[in-house]
Amino acid sequence: MSREVLSSVVMPIAGEDDVVLVRRRVRDLAQAQGFDAFATAAVTTAASELARNALVHGKGGRATVRELNEDGRAGLSIQFQDQGPGIADLERALAGGYSTARSLGLGLSGARRLVDEFDIDSAPGRGTMASITKWKRLY
Amino acid sequence: MKGQGSIPILRVGSTLLATVHVELYDTVAEAFQQDVLLAIERTGAVGLIVDISGLETVDSYVARVLADTGRMARLMGADTVLCGMRPEVAATLIRMGYAMEGVKTALNVDDGLARLGASTGPLGKGRPA
Repeated sequence: MSREVLSSVVMPIAGEDDVVLVRRRVRDLAQAQGFDAFATAAVTTAASELARNALVHGKGGRATVRELNEDGRAGLSIQFQDQGPGIADLERALAGGYSTARSLGLGLSGARRLVDEFDIDSAPGRGTMASITKWKRLY
Repeated sequence: MKGQGSIPILRVGSTLLATVHVELYDTVAEAFQQDVLLAIERTGAVGLIVDISGLETVDSYVARVLADTGRMARLMGADTVLCGMRPEVAATLIRMGYAMEGVKTALNVDDGLARLGASTGPLGKGRPA
């Protein structure tokens, strides 16, 4: 198993426009890689949740969007890094229904359910790093 | 802000028809919510159709704004039907754990109007200015 990075782009998340730009880029790349409509919507929506989290809770940050290839299988990974206060109770945030502002509290838990790989690292004072990966479905 | 457009709200008899065909910025979604409520007050509409067939992505925030708009409209006496949700959007919302409970839905605008029992008669008087 070898995982190859085909492209990597860093996008700032400093305002509402940036959330839309990240969402659009993820959708465009997913479609270009041949993801079906369901996988495209899933990864685009997950990226939208995490980009909004980075903006609203994380006081902005950046998204790194990568096109992947693993033994011929196309994938997309997006890593979000913010400079916010971090999440004190990760377990609770991941359980869903936990919200401090402006979301359903489904952001993290929802994003996790939509992708194939999900990683998060956060602690008070250290900001939050969240990473998602979605693979093209094999038939 | 760049790239944004407002969402047109049309009258069809005593029903309001809003077609969401743009990439939905958060601020556009919030403005839409207020525009719809003001339009209901102004026209006395008793039904509201929100066509989201043009939306490729509905995340939890946009879903909440849409669901809340329907609940607010109902408080003002306008029954709301959300129409045209794409298959991949429905699948995504349910997988995220958001069923949009309490929101009436229909496959398309025709079915939505039927669901309202659309009353395409004349508009009510609205609220005196």
